[in-house]
Amino acid sequence: MAPDADIVPGAPARPGRRFGAAWLGLVPFFVFSLAFLLIPVGLLLAGSFADAKTGAPTLDNYAQLFQPQVVQAYLTSIEISLVTAVVGGIFGFLLAYAVILGGLPRFLRTLVMTFSGVASNFAGVPLALAFVFTMGFQGMVTKFLLNFGIDLYAKSTGFSLYTKLGIEMVYLYFQFPLMVLIMAPALDGLKREWREAAENMGATPREYWQRVALPILTPTLLGTIILLFGNAFGAQATAYNLAPLVPLVTTVITAQISGDVFHNPGLGYALAMGMVVIMAIAILVYYRLQKISERWLRA
Amino acid sequence: MSYLVLENIRKEFGDAVAVESFNLAAEQGEFVSFLGPSGCGKTTTLRMIAGFEKPTAGVITINGQDVTYVPPNRRNVGMVFQSYALFPNMTVADNIGFGLRVRKRSKDQIRKRVGELLEIVNLPDKGSRYPYQLSGGQQQRVALARALAFEPQVLLLDEPLSALDAKIRVALRHEIRAIQRQLGITTVYVTHDQEEALSLSDRVVVMSEGRMEQVGTPFEIYNFPSTAFVASFVGTLNLLPGVVSDVTTGGLTISGQQVRVARGFEGRAGGNVSVALRPEMVSLGAGPEGSNRLSGKVSDVSFLGSIVRIRVTLGESGPTVVLDEFNEPTLTLPQLGETVTVNFPQDGPLVLDAKAPVESVEALIAEA
Amino acid sequence: MEAVGSSARARSRRGISGGRIGAWIVFIAGVLYFFLPLVATLLFSLRLQPTGQAYVNVLVDDDRFTSTLIYSGLVGIATIVLSVLLIVPTAYWVRLRLPRARPYVEFITLLPFVIPPIILVFALLRGFSGPPFHLTGSHDGLNVLVTAAYVVLSFPYMYRAVDSGLRAIDVRTMTEAAQSMGAGWGRILWSVILPNLRVALISGAFLTLAIVIGEYTIASLLGRPAFGPYLGQLGRDKAYEPAAVTIVSFGVTWLAMGMIAFLGRGSRQSVQVAGAR
Repeated sequence: MAPDADIVPGAPARPGRRFGAAWLGLVPFFVFSLAFLLIPVGLLLAGSFADAKTGAPTLDNYAQLFQPQVVQAYLTSIEISLVTAVVGGIFGFLLAYAVILGGLPRFLRTLVMTFSGVASNFAGVPLALAFVFTMGFQGMVTKFLLNFGIDLYAKSTGFSLYTKLGIEMVYLYFQFPLMVLIMAPALDGLKREWREAAENMGATPREYWQRVALPILTPTLLGTIILLFGNAFGAQATAYNLAPLVPLVTTVITAQISGDVFHNPGLGYALAMGMVVIMAIAILVYYRLQKISERWLRA
Repeated sequence: MSYLVLENIRKEFGDAVAVESFNLAAEQGEFVSFLGPSGCGKTTTLRMIAGFEKPTAGVITINGQDVTYVPPNRRNVGMVFQSYALFPNMTVADNIGFGLRVRKRSKDQIRKRVGELLEIVNLPDKGSRYPYQLSGGQQQRVALARALAFEPQVLLLDEPLSALDAKIRVALRHEIRAIQRQLGITTVYVTHDQEEALSLSDRVVVMSEGRMEQVGTPFEIYNFPSTAFVASFVGTLNLLPGVVSDVTTGGLTISGQQVRVARGFEGRAGGNVSVALRPEMVSLGAGPEGSNRLSGKVSDVSFLGSIVRIRVTLGESGPTVVLDEFNEPTLTLPQLGETVTVNFPQDGPLVLDAKAPVESVEALIAEA
Repeated sequence: MEAVGSSARARSRRGISGGRIGAWIVFIAGVLYFFLPLVATLLFSLRLQPTGQAYVNVLVDDDRFTSTLIYSGLVGIATIVLSVLLIVPTAYWVRLRLPRARPYVEFITLLPFVIPPIILVFALLRGFSGPPFHLTGSHDGLNVLVTAAYVVLSFPYMYRAVDSGLRAIDVRTMTEAAQSMGAGWGRILWSVILPNLRVALISGAFLTLAIVIGEYTIASLLGRPAFGPYLGQLGRDKAYEPAAVTIVSFGVTWLAMGMIAFLGRGSRQSVQVAGAR
């Protein structure tokens, strides 16, 4: 598929013309993106500011976001995302550290990296089901523990996989491997000379980590945790197939789309935009932090 | 008692011997270079002084104190790395002050000392910059300041200039030497650049394949190389195959032509030797009375700026002599293929036997 | 923190430190977390007697298993082809002729990180549920929508993979060399650029396949007879069969990721992040 057959190969792009012939080469991409991404999302945005029946401009849809169920959904989504991002981030960091610098045999590193590639992409329905078969009411671990007189689902434990906690446990399955995938190269990027320079100037290994290594890793660490937050915040399939009754933003939006009893398109658009805003903030912060660390490491 | 002493140092990595029987006694304030090709063990030796590697055998003392197994962070030795190794997350001032902060000095003390060092390395207004905002040369000055800030007993520099442009390299080289003289700090400098080693050092250690080939002042190393390796690694050198005709008179034949060598050498008549001759010792023409003369054909003339380098092939297809003539407007350059006579003084060449290197430079100097 | 930062050398000096033990504990915890659900699911799937019957029930006897898998596979292939056709010329063109357009193109290719699948499908449903382009009313229309949505989802990692592949091969010189030998644009892309992007493209293709085959959100909300919604329904209807299908689906992911790791060995690859699900 030649971007533009009329352009003579190698002919210099005519300068000065705002819409030079060279731009024609990007037409397919831009047309596709407009049709299936930008315009539809733009319509959602427009819809969020319009009255669903009359089409008149209004902020009502956003005002409705403050009803208790919606606020609750946002809070739950944020909580789950935050918890899994932080816990997954810390554990993922420790695992990356263990295989890169922890003195484990080298083949384990390849193993963990491959696992992480698989696990970070093993999300959605099969993941939810796998946990049901493991720790659900009839799950293998649940049954196994019964042999020892431990009843996970006894009233006293209050445990259930089909709750917020359950969703968090399942999300961790793809959260920490993603952390490993991003942190491992960052840990590899710590130059031996930095440690040696620190030691040479009298720093103990602990001081090296406190004053040099961790600060250098901080933008990547924070950035990735924020990325994990977005990753969990936008997830729908996993939670929806595990615990559809836990009110998350994604499940509420799903209900809006499927035309539930509370069907209210205006609110649906506002819900979606609220989500986009939170995701956008997360991604922006992530890129900012990534830029810092890139700038540092380029020198 | 010397200040920095390495005694019978040996380092093995598995089966490979990286350094063997390394001995050095550096005086306080001395500037010593380790010179050699990559893989010769110079960096490994430096890292043993810094404490990053433990010697397999031998003792290292600094100011009379045995530091052989002291961990690097308790050695008080400053090191400058080839790759600068500045901490990218800290400003220049924080980088320089790092060693002092680790030593729990007061904020005021640190600020004052950092200021001093910024002056010394001539970057007085760059304290609040980050490393990525500096040029390579500036970064290396910061690295130098950082290594000096905590007043180490010994300064180590590991190929500090090799990542820089040629011009900056020369300028910074002189600055490093000036700062070293000003502070009077005992310094070990690792390089593979012979020009750097010769121009900077009080003494040079030439190394090859883990062994010390020769230790001496730049003058000694250049003029009286004790082995064929040193002779060929340091400076440009003609190594001509010669046959001994008479040891007592210093008579030799090179490519069938008779020469006399004033400096004594060992060997017996008919034995093969190498005759080492610097290009600048050789000149075109018959030369003054008593000069050695060889004739051959000009095979190449290359213009190197201040000098013109001429290659002359002796005999029909014999060895090639490289000679340098100073470039001056009146110089008439020989033509390719022209038959010429070249001359060199009798005390110019050094006779080497690759199999049995001359043991002591002092002996050579005495003889000369 | 004693353990942290101890180099191999420092450790040998201190003997066996807590560091390595800590590393092993973390590693074992990670491996357990990874394998426990898989092992449990496998065991669960084998409980239906006779052993393996659950697999027979779905793999052999359930037509829906085969038909949805084929459907998702076809959509996956269509997605890959369309994505490659859109991304390769665009990335190439941006690199060669229009560096000015880079920020715009990059912005669009990163948007799927900001707009998760649930929002994307919402937007598509709103945009195409009436004139002028009423695509939600027919199967063909919905098939177009589901493919388009997956193509959009593939933008971030496809563009990054292709762009870094192009950076590695010095497109300009290669193009000029091809031009000097008389090649036109079509030939340059087909016989010079594409072969050099093989690893990047095949990796992207496998990732796309792994994602599309199990995708649930978009497929179910567009009412497509795809593998993800089928598995979701099966999970609600049956006991042992979904466990068997989960294992199969895990195998597909493993295969795809294994291929990517195999193809990318030795080269420094950027992390393939597919986004939320």
